[in-house]
Amino acid sequence: MATVHLPRSLVTLFTNPPPRHLQLASTSLGGLVDELDSRWPGMRDRLVEPGPRLREHINVFVDGERERDLAAPLGDASVVHVIPAVAGG
Amino acid sequence: MSQRVEVLVGTKKGAFILESDPARRDWRLRGPFCQNWPTHDFIRAADGTLYAGGGSNWYGPSVWRSTDNGESWTQSSAGLTYGDAGPKLTTIWKLAAADSNGTVYAGVEPAGLFRSDDHGATWSHVAGLREHPSRPDWQPGNGGLCLHSIVTHPTDPNRMWVAASAVGTFETTDGGKTWETRNKGVRADFVPGPPPDFGQCVHKLRLHPDQPEWLYQQNHCGVYRSDDGGRQWTEITNELPSEFGFPMVIHPHDPKTIYVIPHSGPEAGRQMIDGHAAVFRSRDRGDTWQRLSDGLPGNAAFVTVLRENMAIDSLDQPGVYFGTSTGQVFGSADEGEHWSLMADYLPPIWSVEAAVVNA
Repeated sequence: MATVHLPRSLVTLFTNPPPRHLQLASTSLGGLVDELDSRWPGMRDRLVEPGPRLREHINVFVDGERERDLAAPLGDASVVHVIPAVAGG
Repeated sequence: MSQRVEVLVGTKKGAFILESDPARRDWRLRGPFCQNWPTHDFIRAADGTLYAGGGSNWYGPSVWRSTDNGESWTQSSAGLTYGDAGPKLTTIWKLAAADSNGTVYAGVEPAGLFRSDDHGATWSHVAGLREHPSRPDWQPGNGGLCLHSIVTHPTDPNRMWVAASAVGTFETTDGGKTWETRNKGVRADFVPGPPPDFGQCVHKLRLHPDQPEWLYQQNHCGVYRSDDGGRQWTEITNELPSEFGFPMVIHPHDPKTIYVIPHSGPEAGRQMIDGHAAVFRSRDRGDTWQRLSDGLPGNAAFVTVLRENMAIDSLDQPGVYFGTSTGQVFGSADEGEHWSLMADYLPPIWSVEAAVVNA
């Protein structure tokens, strides 16, 4: 089970918000996004843009390394951080 | 039954509601709504549903809705896409509730039109517009490639006009399957040669439901009216101090009365002219214009009023409102004769809409 950490600004977009920290069974980053979307419909649109690819200003770290490839594999012990890019203004 | 007047304000950092009794002297501010989502348009449909559309730099475009007067909100962008092969949709520019049955249109950037028949829960692309032969040559203007005007016909659901900056006006008569340009007579001084069939830079397109063949537009290159649904346009800039401006509204009870806010030219700051804030009104379809400035800042008011930022309510003596890109909302309860500051210190304002609600 991958451990996933979601930002507050993301979870509060949903009427029944997901927990900030949860565990999901997924073998790839794209699969993880799909699993989130199946539980909280619309989540995929918030994280993924046409391509499909991760949205430009959504950073995802897998086991501490920045990852942009939705096909990237996840292991049972993977830790995934979803972090909006820092911004000014 | 008592009434409440609302001025719905979309800003760079969320949506706000200014509300008052019909006297429109004292305004109460509510918000921000939509979690500070950048909001390009914020409307109340005839069935009472609130819709706010915009786009987040992080999370993309979405349409928010509330059925409990803003107490709670949901958001969705299901179907708001040109597909994986298409361009990325960046924001919602304009929302238009077509009826009380949940049909809502969304104009987006890059320019296109989407339709929802379930109160904004899901959307489908009105693909006919982007299948127009001119589409490969659409180029963004300074404000982007934004579809900012959606004008539905008051009785014929198959007729509709849309306008996009630096692209022009289009009309459909078959419910969106096919579209024709409606730009004849409109200048496009920023391209060489005679006015083209498309590429005119419309800033705001309006229609009055009592005269559905009468269209008006504030353009980058002048102010215009049409008597025939946009097939031919006549310039009505006349003695206005500038041909350049962004918003326009029509008096709800008099299709001959229109309002614009002339700004210094496109290369001169795009602000109130010489820092003197003023709205201009015509009561004869643009043949003559009156300057209205009583109560507006008359000095050092270098503010900009963008294309979605003027509205008029539907009371017997309608109130006129405009918002600035520096966070002020000004209003007049007497058709523009006298003005006052309704709100200050808001985020940069991107849209102002008015609604009269039976409380």
